[in-house]
Amino acid sequence: MSKSLNLCGGAAFGLAGLLGTVAHAEPAASDGPYGLGREALPEEIAAWNHEVMPDGTGLPEGAGSVEEGEMLFSEKCAVCHGDFAEGVGNWPPLAGGEDTLADKDPVKTVGSYWPYLSTAWDYVHRSMPYGNAQTLSDDEVYAIVAYILYSNYLVEYDFTLTKDNFLDVEMPNADGFIVDDREETEFPTFTQEPCMSDCKDEVEITMRAAVLDVTPEEESEGEDQASAEQAQEAAAGEGAAAAEPESEPLDMALVEQGEKVFRQCQACHMVGDGAKHRVGPHLNDVMGRKLGGAEDFRYSNTIVEMGESGTTWNEETLAKLLEDPMGYIKGTKMAFGGLRKEEDIAAVTEYLKSFSQ
Amino acid sequence: MTASDKGTKASRRAFLKGALAAGGTVAGAGAARASGDPLITETQPWAQYLGEGVDATPYGMPIRFEDDVVRRNVEWLTADTISSINFTPIHALDGTITPQGCAFERHHSGAIELRKQDYRLMINGLVDQPLVFTYDDLERFPREQHVYFCECAANTGMEWAGAQLNGAQFTHGMIHNMEYTGVPLRTLLEEAGVQTEGKWVFVEGADASSNGRSIPMDKALDDVLVAFKANGEALRKEHGYPVRLVVPGWEGNMWVKWLRRVEVTDGPVESREETSKYTDTLADGTSRKWTWEMDAKSVVTSPSPQSPIKHGPGPLVITGLAWSGRGAITQVDVSIDGGKNWQTARLAAPGQDKALARFYLDIEWDGSEMLLQSRAHDSTGYVQPTKDALREIRGENSIYHNNGIQTWWVNSDGEAENVEVS
Repeated sequence: MSKSLNLCGGAAFGLAGLLGTVAHAEPAASDGPYGLGREALPEEIAAWNHEVMPDGTGLPEGAGSVEEGEMLFSEKCAVCHGDFAEGVGNWPPLAGGEDTLADKDPVKTVGSYWPYLSTAWDYVHRSMPYGNAQTLSDDEVYAIVAYILYSNYLVEYDFTLTKDNFLDVEMPNADGFIVDDREETEFPTFTQEPCMSDCKDEVEITMRAAVLDVTPEEESEGEDQASAEQAQEAAAGEGAAAAEPESEPLDMALVEQGEKVFRQCQACHMVGDGAKHRVGPHLNDVMGRKLGGAEDFRYSNTIVEMGESGTTWNEETLAKLLEDPMGYIKGTKMAFGGLRKEEDIAAVTEYLKSFSQ
Repeated sequence: MTASDKGTKASRRAFLKGALAAGGTVAGAGAARASGDPLITETQPWAQYLGEGVDATPYGMPIRFEDDVVRRNVEWLTADTISSINFTPIHALDGTITPQGCAFERHHSGAIELRKQDYRLMINGLVDQPLVFTYDDLERFPREQHVYFCECAANTGMEWAGAQLNGAQFTHGMIHNMEYTGVPLRTLLEEAGVQTEGKWVFVEGADASSNGRSIPMDKALDDVLVAFKANGEALRKEHGYPVRLVVPGWEGNMWVKWLRRVEVTDGPVESREETSKYTDTLADGTSRKWTWEMDAKSVVTSPSPQSPIKHGPGPLVITGLAWSGRGAITQVDVSIDGGKNWQTARLAAPGQDKALARFYLDIEWDGSEMLLQSRAHDSTGYVQPTKDALREIRGENSIYHNNGIQTWWVNSDGEAENVEVS
């Protein structure tokens, strides 16, 4: 099987290579001392060379308004960063924090801290939205950056950000940085001969970590582990007993495939042992659950209403959601574009079934 | 923290105490008993039956009795585990080389799977000829081997405002030390031909974050390595398989994983990772940038909160790690009285440039409480400062680059706690 695949692959490659020589010359070999590697083609450089410099070098043509940005932000960014870029939970706020940098626990946002607007454009363009990077058009990036500026009171609502007015935006903390000066400010003190004996009269404990009590727990070897193993065995026993009747056997190959597809969902959803709510609700026992039915999760209104009217998660409803989340549940916070392939939807569904009783 | 968590903690503490007591009994049994130690006098199953054959585990894992020596995460630090960090169990390791399987991980968009066949490295920008290398190309350049530590700039960052996390793993575990094999970045840049206006390189990875960083050309041409092996084997996925950048002595964020592009530029890009993050805000609100070097630092790894003394008074091995991003460790001092008096510890081997050094101080513990500290000296003459001395200059708002002296308070039962002292 794999052999024949390789043969096919080889043939296809050979053909492409042949066509390539007809269309244009092979990329040149390296002129360097070792002659290793080959010349990077202009279209390859264009595909990867994205960065935008502080002076605006690298910015593409384009424009985006605060108003457009507000819509996009609410659709693609607010689930983590909040509707007003104020941040949700531990996700970073992008707005606010002005005049807090000298305070205890400064609030560092695009408005209060970032020295260059180019950094915001570059980062949104290359890495956002989280879990679905490099999907925004240039105009969309301009619009989202414009909205972030607006949420920091740096531009008015009728503002449109373009390549041409980009450098006119003044960043409040542009002058807030100095180049590493440790060699001047610290080294003279920290390179002196240290004291070895009778260095101080008294030593007192001034602070204890145990008082704060924020260290994660760890299981110790021995007893704890034994009891954990027992608990696991007990759980496995129960699972085996419960799994026998009614439920259809799972297609394990499909489950495995689904696990891979589910990586796209992991940024927001947990499933399996110890799964908790994150940006999205945990998905244990999701099959048969009514829509918006996970306890202690703050859903959007529509999904709760759908659940209350009796809709539950099954293969059919899950497929509708996975195909087009925002189309199926109007106003959902689930900022995911949907799965394009039917087989991916089936695989994720099977995978989720494996965590449902 | 919930009530049930506290319950667990209580039981763990109780367990540790129990272990101390049990340790005493076992020691007694080992020493002498009329009937003799059954582990010696009775035939044990492992001495009678056969063990596993070869190939039982084609790639071996540590024996199950060591399964608590693992990376751990501090959940409240980050919003999720995909853009997050975990910690090397330095409290349970010895020597200097960190096994890859328990070396800390830091991802910005998760650890990706990238096959060697799919790997491409581009060198572009201010070069005579922009180039693309495959993985196989990289293996044809002359290689070098070096041991270097990689420390996250945020290591010990939670401790700026005071003692917080109770364990060397959590206070100092954003570090690992490996033997890398790779090609000097200089060699690859020379292959492309750096033009005279090229003063910086911008390096980025193939993952969704790409984690771009600017590195001045002097450093790029000095000791930066494009590495594909660590501790003799391929890099692990979580450390950038198949190729990562090694930037000796400089903060871990610059060690770009899944390295896909090196661009020669005339200035720094001022990317997110070098402006909004990895900059050090001082007390007056101004921030230092380009604070790349990791200053000399050390920590006692045992005894420590996760590695209490279980044997009671008598001979005690105090051990720890020291390192400097500016050179080699030349000396480590240890204090057991909170910094009143210091003794020079023994280095297991002479310090190596920008690599971890292991130190030991062998003492006769009298069973009284100790305030354990260590203090590193490096080849530039720099001596690791106290946290107070650092805070006097920087204030408490610096998230990064905390290399202050760490104190463990060891009580007469041998249990240790993270504290600060006057």
